[in-house]
Amino acid sequence: MRTLTKLDGDSSRARRELHDHIQGSGPLARHTVDSHGQRQAGASSFHESAEKHVTGKATYIDDIKTPQDALHVALGLSPVAHGTLTKLELDAVRQAPGVVDVITLLDVPGHTDIGPVFPGDPIFVDQEISYAGQCLFAVAATSLQAARQAVKLATLHIDEQPASLDPVATAGRQEVVRPTHVQERGDWQTTLQQAEQTIEGELFIGGQEHFYLESQACIVVPTEDEGVMVHTSNQHPSETQKLVAEVLGIPFHAVTVEVRRMGGGFGGKETQASPWACIAAIIARRTGKATRLRLPRSEDMRATGKRHPFHNRYQLAIDAQGVIKGGDITVIGDCGYSPDLSDAIVDRAMFHADNAYSLGDARVTGHRAKTHTASNTAFRGFGGPQGMMIIEAAMDDIARRVGEDPLTIRKRNFYREGRDTTHYGQQVDQKQLLHTLVDTLETSSDYWARRQHIRDYNAASPVIKKGLALTPVKFGISFTAQHLNQAGALLHVYTDGSIMINHGGTEMGQGLHTKICQVVARELGLDLDSVRISATRTDKVPNTSPTAASSGADLNGMAARDAASKLRERLFEFAAGHFEGGLDREGMRLEHGMLIAGIGESERRIPWGELVQTAYLNRVSLSEKGFYATPLIHYNRATGQGRPFYYYAFGAAVAEVSVDTLSGEYLVDRVDVLHDVGNSLNPAIDIGQVEGGFIQGMGWLTSEELKWNAKGVLVSDGPATYKIPTYGDLPKVFNVDLLEGHPNSMASLYRSKAVGEPPFMLGMCVWSALRDALASLADYRVSPHLDTPATPERVMLTANAIRNKAL
Amino acid sequence: MATIEFLLNGTPTRCHVPSDTSILTLLRDYLGMTGTKEGCASGDCGACTVAIKSDTAPHFVSLNACITPAHQLHGQHLLTVEGLATDEELHPAQRAMVECHGSQCGFCTPGIVMSLFTLHSQQQQRPAPLTPERLEAALGGNLCRCTGYRPIRDAALSMQESSWKAPQWVDASQPAHTPLTAPQSAEANTDLFAQPTTLSQLTELRRHYPSARLVAGATDLWLENTQRLALLNQLIDVTRVDELRHIEEAIFDEQPGWWVGAGVTYSQLEPLLETHYPAFAHLLHRLGSQQVRNRGTLGGNIANASPIGDTPPVLLALNAWVELANQDGSRALPLSDFFLDYKKTALAAAEVVSRIFIPQLADDAVLKVWKLSKRREDDISAVLGAFHYRIDDGVMQDVRIAFGGMAAIPKRALQTEAALTGQPIAKESFQAAQRALSEEFQPMSDVRGTQHYRHQVATNLLERLYLSLSVPNQEVMLHAYAH
Repeated sequence: MRTLTKLDGDSSRARRELHDHIQGSGPLARHTVDSHGQRQAGASSFHESAEKHVTGKATYIDDIKTPQDALHVALGLSPVAHGTLTKLELDAVRQAPGVVDVITLLDVPGHTDIGPVFPGDPIFVDQEISYAGQCLFAVAATSLQAARQAVKLATLHIDEQPASLDPVATAGRQEVVRPTHVQERGDWQTTLQQAEQTIEGELFIGGQEHFYLESQACIVVPTEDEGVMVHTSNQHPSETQKLVAEVLGIPFHAVTVEVRRMGGGFGGKETQASPWACIAAIIARRTGKATRLRLPRSEDMRATGKRHPFHNRYQLAIDAQGVIKGGDITVIGDCGYSPDLSDAIVDRAMFHADNAYSLGDARVTGHRAKTHTASNTAFRGFGGPQGMMIIEAAMDDIARRVGEDPLTIRKRNFYREGRDTTHYGQQVDQKQLLHTLVDTLETSSDYWARRQHIRDYNAASPVIKKGLALTPVKFGISFTAQHLNQAGALLHVYTDGSIMINHGGTEMGQGLHTKICQVVARELGLDLDSVRISATRTDKVPNTSPTAASSGADLNGMAARDAASKLRERLFEFAAGHFEGGLDREGMRLEHGMLIAGIGESERRIPWGELVQTAYLNRVSLSEKGFYATPLIHYNRATGQGRPFYYYAFGAAVAEVSVDTLSGEYLVDRVDVLHDVGNSLNPAIDIGQVEGGFIQGMGWLTSEELKWNAKGVLVSDGPATYKIPTYGDLPKVFNVDLLEGHPNSMASLYRSKAVGEPPFMLGMCVWSALRDALASLADYRVSPHLDTPATPERVMLTANAIRNKAL
Repeated sequence: MATIEFLLNGTPTRCHVPSDTSILTLLRDYLGMTGTKEGCASGDCGACTVAIKSDTAPHFVSLNACITPAHQLHGQHLLTVEGLATDEELHPAQRAMVECHGSQCGFCTPGIVMSLFTLHSQQQQRPAPLTPERLEAALGGNLCRCTGYRPIRDAALSMQESSWKAPQWVDASQPAHTPLTAPQSAEANTDLFAQPTTLSQLTELRRHYPSARLVAGATDLWLENTQRLALLNQLIDVTRVDELRHIEEAIFDEQPGWWVGAGVTYSQLEPLLETHYPAFAHLLHRLGSQQVRNRGTLGGNIANASPIGDTPPVLLALNAWVELANQDGSRALPLSDFFLDYKKTALAAAEVVSRIFIPQLADDAVLKVWKLSKRREDDISAVLGAFHYRIDDGVMQDVRIAFGGMAAIPKRALQTEAALTGQPIAKESFQAAQRALSEEFQPMSDVRGTQHYRHQVATNLLERLYLSLSVPNQEVMLHAYAH
């Protein structure tokens, strides 16, 4: 019998050596140390594509080779935000050199509305133009340059109308993309009326461009049965499959969608990757040619939606100690021109308007304002961050009002025994973790000593002011659309013992495929190198949910585990009956590439390769599918009550900043993070998510400023004008740790917790620290108003305002 | 179309491509090498970073392939991410990135690896402490949206421990080549890319092809192609013109100083500034990215005449001169006379900017350069203030103040200067200067800042200046931003 053939023996050995090299090699590798012998779930294995990334061999959409006669698509986008398209003259476009096809709404064979959940997203403008950047027509040519040059030759006749750009005004006029939703618990009116004192405030929270480094891209190849093969950079292949099929008017099974990897997604490729695939598919079917479509950066930024800007306000009843007794919070999400995912996003903002604090008797209202901008969409946190910002603003405000340190006020308001039910009726399980986390971080970051030091420093420094803030995160895990909480996997074992696992999740850099391979390796007692993922494909695992809501590993990992454990049990049954002398079924296990049965003298070991080959020869199926659906969760929109989340993930961060109050310039001097991932599936990958999420969240609240001109045209439409954090924004001291010893209280995948989104909100501490520094200008007696992003401009103007008031 | 010859990862390569082809397009579309990525096509993200070694440079330097003309490769050695790993052995930068978990989605990774490679090469040749400033300079031009940079920092620090067994081809000599020449006569639309080597050749070409564009680093010009789809098919490359590449100590207009060739890159200018104008050198660290500083030139920054170019306000405060040359000779004029109106200069049709004279600072003179932008690194100024003065017996003299971002051109603040000149360092003097400043500038609102902010912050800079003079022991600015 042959034993297992290693897939890539040399490089696996090399990798292991590299890995050993890291172990204990000093402080640089602090978070990469692997305490486990095998690189299975729980170990800090490298990203499955790491070597391909660093050598340039990892293939992204635009790297895929296509036949010589492949077509390249450029889009004609609306230059105005609102108006009526009265005439579209495209003759010159059609006659331009290299142009093969030009399509408009009239050329769409099937559905023309590609709204993902609710209708409202026309694939091309019919008459009504709803935002600057909306797609009017598409040109296919022999080269991208020819297509882009041809687009410029179109003559547009547009009856331009004033654009609605103020979501507060449109919400007030009930110009909304979806109805307002309200969550209420207790008699909040009476609580407010009878309060010892009330406090109120408001905040504008800016949006955020995803700025995935790989812009939207797809390649569509026509197939023989009137169908198409779609390669796309995409978080939701099944939805793209559905929409492409509907646009073409063909059955779903004629469309196959494949995603190997994305060059970043962050939510921006959940619904907003589909339109391009639909357009390319129409052209591919019309011309019979492979069709390439990728958006140049500025078009990507103008055409696609972003994180929702929010206008939030609160009125809270507090006691003398600053503890919230009840209140009324309103969040207004700027949804752009269509619903897209905004219903669920504003819901999630409402679900997180409490963050880690009990609101008592409270009402939370969420409006979905319609404006003439691109349809705002999913972005890491999905509205949660915007919801949390209002209560974090309130915490600082309460602290200034009652004259206590903001950390003291935060801790007093944490969910605790007797105050553990949210305004939407869910009990906060593991609420004690909040206290544990914050107590630990308070000590490890030396919060109180630094607080005193900063007060002393500020008293002696008129211009440079330091600020310090600790903010917590409590983030609900599960899709709030219940049906999305399901996943599938397909596992094949080949006769050399190598394994192919496919699942419904997509890889966008978060290390999902690495984790899934680790799960399968652990279930089958194999080395990670035996397990491979090819790509996410709709013909392997059907009807999948988007890779979103931090759910990728939770859902797909459980499905993969289901498949692997079913296959393992089948092999155990077979082995127990097959091998000579019989194997002890009881206690049978797969470890270190062996099936092991019995103990002591009677122990029998059968190599994995031999087991697999024997099973094959005896006609035992070596393929298995897995499935998972999250239990327990429910939410009643009519009552605004339920248990929408399977569990909560927690975290906390402390930031110290130095602010130049004359120029508004600032530096983040030190950050300490402690984050809860339950039992980590891969500490190195989880740390990467925590750190990357923190910096992205910090960017959202500091330098990343979206700007539209008065006519509604996005003017921050490239990296020259839209500034995401760069190397120098990494805090000088950045201590990041995972909370250990606290497994998930729910039966999640090996008691781990989702890690994609929650750390994003840790970045709030930087904003709060900036406010703290500014508050020192008035001896901490005022709570500075600081909308976000807190650019140097906003910080300087706030500082000026405080100084002028003080004079 | 001219045929270009260069080394590509050690392999002699000949290509025949239109003049407006970038190195990135050449690699991806013509040569099928897709390891180098396009993130923005505007030189702002670094995903397309490659390394190049010219015939004169001692080592490879990084640049953005998306905005560098392919024709400038002629006679040079291009190194891409595909060339680093040999015989299954990763380059130390690559290995460190794997070991430190430095890649997540991986799209920016090839560019980061190339920036780390150039840093590693420098360290191999001349080891020096990897200070935070050096790391920032090396990596500030590479955006990563996933990792938050900590593991990349670890990779940069840990890669030093191993040396690279460089393949022999790395030191291969450049292919013998003659600079690309333009035909004697060419029609208006004929594709041409000319590489004059002397100033007289350059001015002759300038006269002969009045509609051709001059290109040096292309760090701004190329955006016309990638962002606005302009045809850049007639180009005169000034980077090989000998007279434009030198820095010479000289006396001009009775002042000691330096003539700096218009084709001198920011990177080449750095040693001079470090020695003689530390505040200017500090600004340079915040001007563009390493990739841009390796290509962008002082002449380009001036001739471009952008109201938000970083060096013109500094040069105005230093009383710099600009030399303009044509077929008949050259003339020098004060830089303050060069900028006429928005993007309009004193440059005549057949003239080129040939040199810039930077006067030496007097022993007791002080230069302060304060740049304000949304992001500290690799960002364009909202406002840039440059302040030159001497303190003579407690009185301010030789006050020259210039601002970028406050008017349609980089502009001296003459009334503000007048309000301070001859005045003591007193609150009243500076309050008068602040009033003058508010009156003499009417900045606009744009994506980088509102009019209100520009007004306020410019006057706040005068307060900063006052405080730095009146309470010298007090920290009144953050030194990562300002000196």
